[in-house]
Amino acid sequence: MLSAGAEPVNARRVAWRYLLAVSGGSLAALALTAGALKLNPALPQELSAPMFWAREAFCASLAMAGLVGTARLARPGRPLGSVPVGIALPVIAMWALAALSLHAAPPVARANLIFGHTARVCPFLIAMIALPVFVALVWVLRGLAPTRPRLTGAVAGLAAGSLGALAYSLHCPELAAPFIGIWYLLGITICATLGAWAGTRLLRW
Amino acid sequence: MTEERLRSLLVRGLVGDESAYRTFLGELAAHLRSWLRGRLARLPEEAEDLLQELLLTVHNQRHTYEPKQPLKPWVHAIARYKLIDLLRRRSRNEMLNDPLDNDDELFAAADGEAAEARYDLAKLLDQLPDRQRLPIFYVKIEGASVADAAKRTGMSESAVKVGIHRGLKALAAKIRNIE
Repeated sequence: MLSAGAEPVNARRVAWRYLLAVSGGSLAALALTAGALKLNPALPQELSAPMFWAREAFCASLAMAGLVGTARLARPGRPLGSVPVGIALPVIAMWALAALSLHAAPPVARANLIFGHTARVCPFLIAMIALPVFVALVWVLRGLAPTRPRLTGAVAGLAAGSLGALAYSLHCPELAAPFIGIWYLLGITICATLGAWAGTRLLRW
Repeated sequence: MTEERLRSLLVRGLVGDESAYRTFLGELAAHLRSWLRGRLARLPEEAEDLLQELLLTVHNQRHTYEPKQPLKPWVHAIARYKLIDLLRRRSRNEMLNDPLDNDDELFAAADGEAAEARYDLAKLLDQLPDRQRLPIFYVKIEGASVADAAKRTGMSESAVKVGIHRGLKALAAKIRNIE
């Protein structure tokens, strides 16, 4: 009978797998950024720019909300709680910053704040760099039991996309809030959408 | 209270208390059976198969239960997920599953037809691994009891039931591929 196989369950194993996936996936994303795209040469000077840290905080807080959401959805019967708020807040904050900077800029400079020089590639590069993180998260999720595979895939995609964006930001020369509020968010949204699609296929149990 | 009692049994089971775990599975089975009876009243056989699958799933997924977490929503989420899965599967291949599940209808047909059906079924069955083929052969075709089949195959009773369940699913998939 089933109870004959009732060896004790190691509660730490799942936490270890998350740690391994997030650190391994992030390292792979950093390696991709540094190897395939090269780090931004202006990075040392940018460290003193407030917008640099606003951008990092935007990506990091979205990643945190996404990871917490993923962990909740991976276990049956756990409510999402305040995760949707945690996802909405960084977006609203970045959009508020974007509105302020657009309002303060002279009309001729606005297009540049929105499109920068790299708007065309930014979302797709973010999605590409996020891929190893997403693969790592799917590996953890397949050992768990998400009862809402589509939503779980979407939230895991959001977490992966945000970590990918965090790595990508070390290459990206753009610091304007409108640019980040649009193109970074679009890259992360692509990851969430692909995650939802993959979730219904890869997360069944 | 049931919730408290079952929860403490499971929590003890999770740290390796085998007898607490056995009691937990037994009492959980009774709860799930009555829960399923309300939802699959017209499909008693499916309900019994699903019950076995649910118990197996609860066992295999017990590492996804956190001891602080309320037990009922956890079990309920698993049961609902598997029930929806079953209903979705059934609605997709309702017509193919029914004749297989319902031996009477299949073999009460005219002799020639029955012989043909048996022959086709045997060809399909041969493609299954032994742990699925033998339980289906003994229980569904010969009409032996699950306990009997367990004795003859040397498998446990739950393994026999799971073998039947998985095997029928695999057969349905094979038939779908033929057509």
